Amino acid sequence: MTWYAIDSWIVIVGLLAAISCALLGNFLVLRKMSMMGDAISHAVLPGLAIAFFITEARASVTMFIGAAIVGILTAVFTQWVTRFGKVDEGASMGIVFTTLFALGLLLIVQAADHVELDPGCVLYGAIELTPLDVVWQGELFGLSIGLPRAVLVLGAVCVANLLFIVLFFKELRIASFDPELATTLGISANWIHYLLMTMVAVTTVAAFEAVGSIIVIAMLIVPAAAAHLLTDRLGVMIVLSVFLAGLSAVLGHFGALLIPPVLGFESTSTSGMMAVMTGVLFAAAFLFSPRYGLLVRKLGRTDSAESTV
Amino acid sequence: MELSDIINVLLLRDYNTRLVVICTILLGAACGLMGGFLLLRKRSLMGDTLSHATLPGVGMAFILSVMMGGSGKSLPLLLVGATMTGIVGCALVLLIRHYSRIKDDAAMGIVLSVFFGAGVVILGFIQTMPQGSAAGLESFIYGKTASMVLSDFKLLAGVTLAVIATSTLLFKEFRLLCFDQAYAAAQGWPVALLDVLLLGLVTAVTVAGLQAVGLILIIAFLITPAATARFWTDQLDRMLVLSAVIGGLCGWLGASLSAFFPKMPAGAVIVLVAALCFLLSMCFGAKRGLLMRYFRQSDLRRKVGRQHLLRAVYEILEAREGELVIRPVEFRQVRGRRTWSDRELRSALRLAYLDGLIEVRRAGGAIVLTEAGLTAAAKVTRNHRLWEMYLIEYADVATSRVDRDADAVEHVLGEKMVADLEARLISLRTAGGLSVPASPHPIVPGD
Repeated sequence: MTWYAIDSWIVIVGLLAAISCALLGNFLVLRKMSMMGDAISHAVLPGLAIAFFITEARASVTMFIGAAIVGILTAVFTQWVTRFGKVDEGASMGIVFTTLFALGLLLIVQAADHVELDPGCVLYGAIELTPLDVVWQGELFGLSIGLPRAVLVLGAVCVANLLFIVLFFKELRIASFDPELATTLGISANWIHYLLMTMVAVTTVAAFEAVGSIIVIAMLIVPAAAAHLLTDRLGVMIVLSVFLAGLSAVLGHFGALLIPPVLGFESTSTSGMMAVMTGVLFAAAFLFSPRYGLLVRKLGRTDSAESTV
Repeated sequence: MELSDIINVLLLRDYNTRLVVICTILLGAACGLMGGFLLLRKRSLMGDTLSHATLPGVGMAFILSVMMGGSGKSLPLLLVGATMTGIVGCALVLLIRHYSRIKDDAAMGIVLSVFFGAGVVILGFIQTMPQGSAAGLESFIYGKTASMVLSDFKLLAGVTLAVIATSTLLFKEFRLLCFDQAYAAAQGWPVALLDVLLLGLVTAVTVAGLQAVGLILIIAFLITPAATARFWTDQLDRMLVLSAVIGGLCGWLGASLSAFFPKMPAGAVIVLVAALCFLLSMCFGAKRGLLMRYFRQSDLRRKVGRQHLLRAVYEILEAREGELVIRPVEFRQVRGRRTWSDRELRSALRLAYLDGLIEVRRAGGAIVLTEAGLTAAAKVTRNHRLWEMYLIEYADVATSRVDRDADAVEHVLGEKMVADLEARLISLRTAGGLSVPASPHPIVPGD
């Protein structure tokens, strides 16, 4: 295995995407809205299409804004259907995102003659290619460095998410565990919800444009769920989820480099491998967690089984 | 477009259209049926998880068949692969939920993302294989609605039959599973087995439909018709039939529409038709639709307003010494009895006047009860006080009954209980032909 500068950039991009998603994912898992990332990443299609029709170019800024707006709308519509129709949250999410996706597909097909917009390219970003899109070329400590655009974008998203969580930690915690208490304390659980959904939408769009939707969906849910099996404290859970997400990004890249030759193939998708690694880490937590692990609960049934229920 | 074209499409004269339309109707009906169960088990997004979880199976089946010297694109083999990982995915969702504190939604999300990731990894392997390109494999999960063949029809017809037969045979068991899993388990039903069987049927429908119509339509078919049917009925059997019918209808309408117009992909059109059905039902549904709920609520509000008004007037009359007789009551006094807005009070007064319960005196400055009004007021007040007494005496058992209408006091509590309560309430007064007990608590006028 040879390590190039490009490998370092891939790991950095993966790390930034993983951390940005994992930070928010904790609250999605606690609020039983884990599928939101998946829903948003499918639903943004009409946003991309409309942005494309307006500007007639694949300018990434307008596409980003279009996608982010539709992403936020997905959350808003889901909330409306849940509240006004009294429909199960999962079902309303499914109805909203399939409808938006179908709408987007219809729009794209209408313009298929003179438009080059492949729905597939939206859903599978390629993390391997991110280092090639450079925004800044310069010299640092005698090394020539090209800063990829994805690092800049995801770095900004990561900082924004971190700030959001630090600033609103108390509100997020109360609104996640006890929305009624939040309301009596004068915190609008509704506003916190929409703020969180906005951050999720922006993060999802920024990350899947750079690295593909599969990383986003996996990093939003799996590390947070694994961390949930390891601790009862929200603060610890967030730190753990960030650590696990980062670890699976790094392991994922090594896996993508090392595993294919073992099986007799040339190479494979780094994004996919990062998602698989989150699953491996979750399985480890599921089996071996000192408190909630399957093994501990099975073996320790005689003495402390009751306390872990 | 000619009229004859429309008739040709609607009557399914064209072979290709006929195949597509019939297949989507079958699939819509089967998915609608299964979706009903999923909705009640709050697992609507299971279709989403399942359809993503088939990707690694498809990839592995492809690699295996290439290694064995095949072309890799034999449909039965790919279907078997898809079903295998689909079932493993389902089993993992149940396992994670059962053996850890992770909830359904997160378990589904974990399986979805990790399996899809594994699928992408395997497609990555295939991309580098000299023998075959992965091109076309992705279309396995994105579908090809417009180009269905006879084998698709046979597969879908078989699966639909199996689904309908099984859910008819096991209707009672599945119903219990949906509504009270704990009770079913306590009664000795094999709950886990039933759960697996139900998800197995969902897997069969998903896999069979996936390569025919694609991921998004399958997900929508498993959710939208069921959620739509829910607005029209509270009964499971009716809801399931309705959901299957809606699914079939949306399939027929959508597929026909897409046959009329060029550049209308059938999958997307069907999803949009189903979404429109959902939206209309959400507004106008007979059981849980917004409009019906609004009517029911304003009906209740009106009734409660009238009861408040009558009781207020009665209590004002009662506060005066001596025998209870009908006398005009000052508007100002009535308003002081409760914290109600002018609008609420005025609408209550207007309705009571239209019903002949009150009359207006002193140019709107006072109101007076009619004979009918006094009877109604006495009844409302009596029932109200009995309820109050009941809550005071039997508060530990009463919480499940306090939402009942005050008028229903005798039906709910029974004659013996009412007599018992009346005995506890001292100093009955006769008014309007009814004996009305005194309030169990001191009445403090608001003004």
